[in-house]
Amino acid sequence: MLRLQKLTKTYRTGDKALNAVDLEIPKGQVLALIGPSGAGKSTLIRCVNRLVEPTSGKVHLGDGEEAVEITSMSSSRLRRARREMGMIFQEYALVERLTVMENVLSGRLGYVGFWRSFLRKYPQSDVDEAFRLLDRVGLLEMADKRADELSGGQRQRVGIARALIQNPKVLLVDEPTASLDPKTSRQIMRLICELCAERELAAIINIHDVALAQMFCQRIIGLQKGEIRFDGSPDDLGPDVLTTIYGEEDWKATIRPAEEAAA
Amino acid sequence: MPILDSAGQKTWQLRNRNEQLVRWAGWLVGVAIFMWCWQRISEATTWAFVWDAPRIAADMASRSWPPRWSYMETLWAPLWDTLNIATIGTMLALVMAVPVAFLAARNTTPSAVFVRPIALLIIVSTRSINSLIWALLLVSIIGPGVLAGLIAIALRSIGFCAKLLYEAIEEIDTTQVEAITATGASRWQVMAYGIMPQIMPAFAGVAVFRWDINLRESTVLGLVGAGGIGLQLQSSLNVLAWPQVALILIVILVAVVVSEWVSAKVRGAII
Repeated sequence: MLRLQKLTKTYRTGDKALNAVDLEIPKGQVLALIGPSGAGKSTLIRCVNRLVEPTSGKVHLGDGEEAVEITSMSSSRLRRARREMGMIFQEYALVERLTVMENVLSGRLGYVGFWRSFLRKYPQSDVDEAFRLLDRVGLLEMADKRADELSGGQRQRVGIARALIQNPKVLLVDEPTASLDPKTSRQIMRLICELCAERELAAIINIHDVALAQMFCQRIIGLQKGEIRFDGSPDDLGPDVLTTIYGEEDWKATIRPAEEAAA
Repeated sequence: MPILDSAGQKTWQLRNRNEQLVRWAGWLVGVAIFMWCWQRISEATTWAFVWDAPRIAADMASRSWPPRWSYMETLWAPLWDTLNIATIGTMLALVMAVPVAFLAARNTTPSAVFVRPIALLIIVSTRSINSLIWALLLVSIIGPGVLAGLIAIALRSIGFCAKLLYEAIEEIDTTQVEAITATGASRWQVMAYGIMPQIMPAFAGVAVFRWDINLRESTVLGLVGAGGIGLQLQSSLNVLAWPQVALILIVILVAVVVSEWVSAKVRGAII
């Protein structure tokens, strides 16, 4: 569904954030991207939808005949491609002064003309879908609240609804749980994974919490200094692997013991 | 090197000796300049008039008291004009200031090399010319009346409003803009959804603040013939009708206090 070819990003300061990353994600796969701060995780997902312009390399979205190449697109075609990629942010990135409903509907901006969106005259089908999604994430009664009145977990649910109303093929998720408490973190991760399963979405989830990644994701990629150091199933993630990704540390408490995983 | 190590004991001072001397020299020069200026101004002043001032002021006050309350009848219309000059002038200024602000803000300008300097030039040039001078120019261009005052107020306010607005635009939270961009929204949609909601409080604050200032400024525009209550002030001063002058000053004071109250209320409601 998503294929990265030799994706490279060198910032103007000369920092190489990504170094020829090759990665292929099939339909329906939820992938966790782990690595130390500054490893290039955020840069990687932002290069996919070109919020950050990659220096070189290719990004293919879609399967077989329908596949499109994103890095060479003109800005109008890029906008169309962005509709297919939902994005979820660390600090939720909701428009704070708008209502929950407006925030969810803003996911349809790529499909609706300027004046319709400016006057908030969205097609009824979009509004129906917004209500359905709000119900799905458990916020139906909050539709009229302003986004800054919600708690962190609720805001992230709105962010998820906004990403899903785009009807995307791929979800790009940047540290979805970094500002949430442990219980809410699990609920949010569970929700994202359930929704990906329901809709057969491919997802890249940047995450600092290795245990959460192991708990919810089918595949784990370890990124260090812009290069992939590990690519495998959660069960293969041992202390030696974490040492190559993050550096020397006692990893026993961080990761799930193998026997528990098997049970 | 504020930290000195003498015989094993570390002492600390905010400044070392040279920095201390430079500061003393700076103070010395400052005081010397002040004294020199004082002397110059004193030479150019006719002190006889100054010593006379309290008597003259008391005389003027006694002539202007009590105010001529009946004159109020002729003041309502110019007062209404003044209010219109301030309000419509502010609205006109805002209409023009918004695009200028977007062109001047570093994160929204289409070109930082060509367009931004032009926008900044507009801001600086409209700000640097006082509205009384604008009015003077406009009265000779489009003739005396309310329209000249209105445009003078509008031109003078563009720079002020645009400057505060573009600073607000530069301080917005960029992740919200990123999120809207990531949905595939167009440039204008990003503005309407990602930027506009974030600068609305600043916009409303700037609008009432400037309206408040403009009400004061528009009271004097009449002095140069640009309509409003200043016109009455001018004619009353010309015929030395001090009771009328007193009434006009009281009316202006009340108008300003009311505008202050209104803008405080509006700002409180928004923020």
